[in-house]
Amino acid sequence: MTTTTPTPSGRGVTAAMAPDRDQLLAPVVRRVIGWLTLVSLVALALFGLWGAPTDAVQGDAQRVMYLHVPAAWLAYLAFFVTAAASALFLIPRTRAQVWDRLAGASAELGVMFTGLALALGSIWGRPVWGVWWAWDARLVSTALLFFLFLGYCALRRVPAADPVGAAKRNAIAALFAFADVPIVHFSVEWWRTLHQKATVFNPELNPQIHGVMGLTLWLGTLAFTLMYVYLLDRRYRLAVLEADQADVELEQAILDRTRARSAHV
Amino acid sequence: MNLWREAALVAGKDLRIEARSRVTLGQVIPFGMIVVLLFAFALDPDRGVLERVAPGLFWIAVLLALLLAVGRAFAIETHHGARDGLRIAGLDGSAIFLGKAAAIAAQLLVLEVVVGIGVIVLYGVEIHGLGVILLTAAAATIGLAATGTLYGVLAAGLRLRETLLPLLLLPVLAPVMLGATRAFEDGLAGVPGDAWPWVGMLSVFAVLYSAIGVLAFDALWEEAT
Amino acid sequence: MSLVVRLRSVVCLLGRFPALAGADLDVTAGEVVLVSGPNGAGKTTLLRLVAGLVAPYSGSVEVLGIDLVADRRSARRNLALVGHETYCYDDLTATENVEFFARASGRGDTDVAAALDRVALTDAANVVHRGLSAGQRRRLALAVALVRAPSLLLLDEPHAGLDALGREVLAEVIREAPAEGRTVVMVSHELEIARPLVSREVRVEGGQVWPVASDARAPVSEQLQ
Repeated sequence: MTTTTPTPSGRGVTAAMAPDRDQLLAPVVRRVIGWLTLVSLVALALFGLWGAPTDAVQGDAQRVMYLHVPAAWLAYLAFFVTAAASALFLIPRTRAQVWDRLAGASAELGVMFTGLALALGSIWGRPVWGVWWAWDARLVSTALLFFLFLGYCALRRVPAADPVGAAKRNAIAALFAFADVPIVHFSVEWWRTLHQKATVFNPELNPQIHGVMGLTLWLGTLAFTLMYVYLLDRRYRLAVLEADQADVELEQAILDRTRARSAHV
Repeated sequence: MNLWREAALVAGKDLRIEARSRVTLGQVIPFGMIVVLLFAFALDPDRGVLERVAPGLFWIAVLLALLLAVGRAFAIETHHGARDGLRIAGLDGSAIFLGKAAAIAAQLLVLEVVVGIGVIVLYGVEIHGLGVILLTAAAATIGLAATGTLYGVLAAGLRLRETLLPLLLLPVLAPVMLGATRAFEDGLAGVPGDAWPWVGMLSVFAVLYSAIGVLAFDALWEEAT
Repeated sequence: MSLVVRLRSVVCLLGRFPALAGADLDVTAGEVVLVSGPNGAGKTTLLRLVAGLVAPYSGSVEVLGIDLVADRRSARRNLALVGHETYCYDDLTATENVEFFARASGRGDTDVAAALDRVALTDAANVVHRGLSAGQRRRLALAVALVRAPSLLLLDEPHAGLDALGREVLAEVIREAPAEGRTVVMVSHELEIARPLVSREVRVEGGQVWPVASDARAPVSEQLQ
C-alpha cells in the first residue's frame, strides 16, 4: 500500500510567516567584513598599545579604555538590535523567523560585550580608582543590563513544544526587558547623584582628550562594530543550521512513527 | 461581560482559594518574617545598623516573598490543568492579568503590613512621613504585582520555571527596589519632599508594566506551553 | 452535512516528538466518533489539537468551520473538552467550580444546581474538589464541560476512573447528544463500553488516523480522495 507521506519540517511554520533567510549577509560581504574586522583589530592593538600617548593622570591603565568604551557601546547596540528585531517579529506584517534568530544572536553577543565592558571597567578601576568596583551610575546600569539579558538568553534556551509560540514569547520577553532599560538608567542616575554628591567621575580626572587618543577610541569602536556584525552573521548561521538539523531529525522521527504502523498493516 | 467584571471574577476566585488554602497567610508571610529576622543575624542588631538599613531590608523581604506569591498564583492554574479549562472558557487575557495582579497586590499589601510591623518592632524604627510611606507602598505594590504576574505567566508551564522566574524578574524589579527604599528613607528621615521623584518613578513603572501586561498577557497565556 | 472537524496532514509536536505525524480526520455534524488506538498513539494530542490547546506544527485544522491556526479563540467558543485532568480548582467546591467556569464562559445565567443534578453530584455540591472521590471528580469535570452547552464535546478517556453511576450519566449524555445538536469525539480504551454508544470508530496509530469499520488498510485521507 502507499502511505500518505506527511509534509513536516519548517514549511508549516514558515508558511505562516515571511520566507526564511539562510544567510544574514551575502558571503562576499561577510568575508570582506571578516577581513576588515581583523585588520581594524590589529590596527587597534598597534594604536592602543603604542600609537596613542600615555595618559598624564591615569598612566597606561587608561589604554584599557580603548576596549572598554567600544565594548560598552556594542552592548547597548546589541540590545537595541534585539529589541528592534523582537518588535519586528511581533508585528504580524513583518513576522519572520529571521527576526527571532537575529534577536537571539544579538542578545548573546550583547551579554558577551556587556560582560567584557564590566570586566574591563573593573580592571581599569583598580589602578585608577583604587577599587575593583565603584557604585557609579553607569556601572550599576550596565550590570543590571547584563542580568536583564542574561535572563532573556536563559529563557531562549528552554525547549518549547511550539516553535512559533516560543518565538513570540521570547520576543515579548525581550521587549519587557528593554522597557526596563530607561527606568533602570534614570533611577540609578538619580540615586547616585541625589545622595552622593561627589561621584568618581571627577571632571578634573578627565583632561582634554589627545587627538591620537580620540582616533584610537574611534578605531576601537569601528573594529568592535565590525566584529559584532561578523559574529552576528556567524551566530545567525549557526541558528539556521541548528534548525535545519532539527528539521532533518523531525522528518526522520515522523517517518519512523508512521513506518511502525505500515509494517504490520 | 466586560473586562472589569471578568477581572473581578478572576481576582475573586484567586482570593477565595487563598482564603481556603491560607498559603500566603500561613507560608509566604511567615517566610517574609523569617527573612526580617535573619537580617538581624547578618547585621549586628547592637550597632544601630538595622535601623538605618530597615527600608532596604523591608523591600528585600517583600521582593523575596513576591517570588513565592507569584509561584503560588500560577501553581493554582497548573495544578489540575485549570489553565486549559480557562483557555477553553475563552476569558480575555487582559482580564486574567488584571484579576491575578489584583489578587497578588491584595496579598502583598497584607504581607507588607505584617512585615512592616515586624520591622518597626524588631529593628526599632520610628515612623515619620506616613503619607509618603503609604503612597510609596501603594505604587510599588502595583508595580510588583503587575510585573510579577507578567513574568509569572511567562515562566508558567516551562520546565525550569522555579529557577528561571527569579532570574527574569529580579533585574527588572531593581528600579522598584531602589525607588521604594529611597522613598522610605526620605519619609523616615523627615524629608518627604525628597521622596516625590521616587514616588513618581514608581508610579511610572506601575503604569508602564500594567499597560504592557494588559496588552501582552493574552499572547503569553495562549502561546507559552 | 457540514464538517465539524477537518484535519489535513497535521503534524503536531510534543517537544521534538511528532505526536501526530500527518493526521487526517473528518467529523460531520451530529456524529459520535470513537477514537481508539494503543497508548502513545497520539489520541490525547489529537483531542487537545481540536480543542485549540496545542498548535499544529504543519497542516491545516478547521473546527466548527473556523481555521484554528488563524483564530483559536473563536474556534474554542463552542466546544468543550473533558481531559485527563478535571480543569478544576482544588480549594473550590463543586458548585463554585461550575459557577466560575460558567461565568468565565459567559454563561452566568446557568442553573448550577441543575448542572450538578444532571451528573448526580447534588449531594456533593458543597464539597471542595480536593475532598471529592475520583469518580465524583470525573463527573464534576463533565458538568463543567456541559454548562458551556458545546456544539462539539471532546471526551478524553472519560471512562477512566469513572464509577458505575458516572458511566450511566456519561452514556446518557452521549445518547442525548445528537438530539441536543451536539457532536461528540471520544477517546477511549474501554471499547466494549464505548462502542455501543458511537456511530463510527477511527483508530489512531503512529500519529495518523485510520478508519476501522469499512477498510482497515487505507488511511482516512485515501478514503476521502
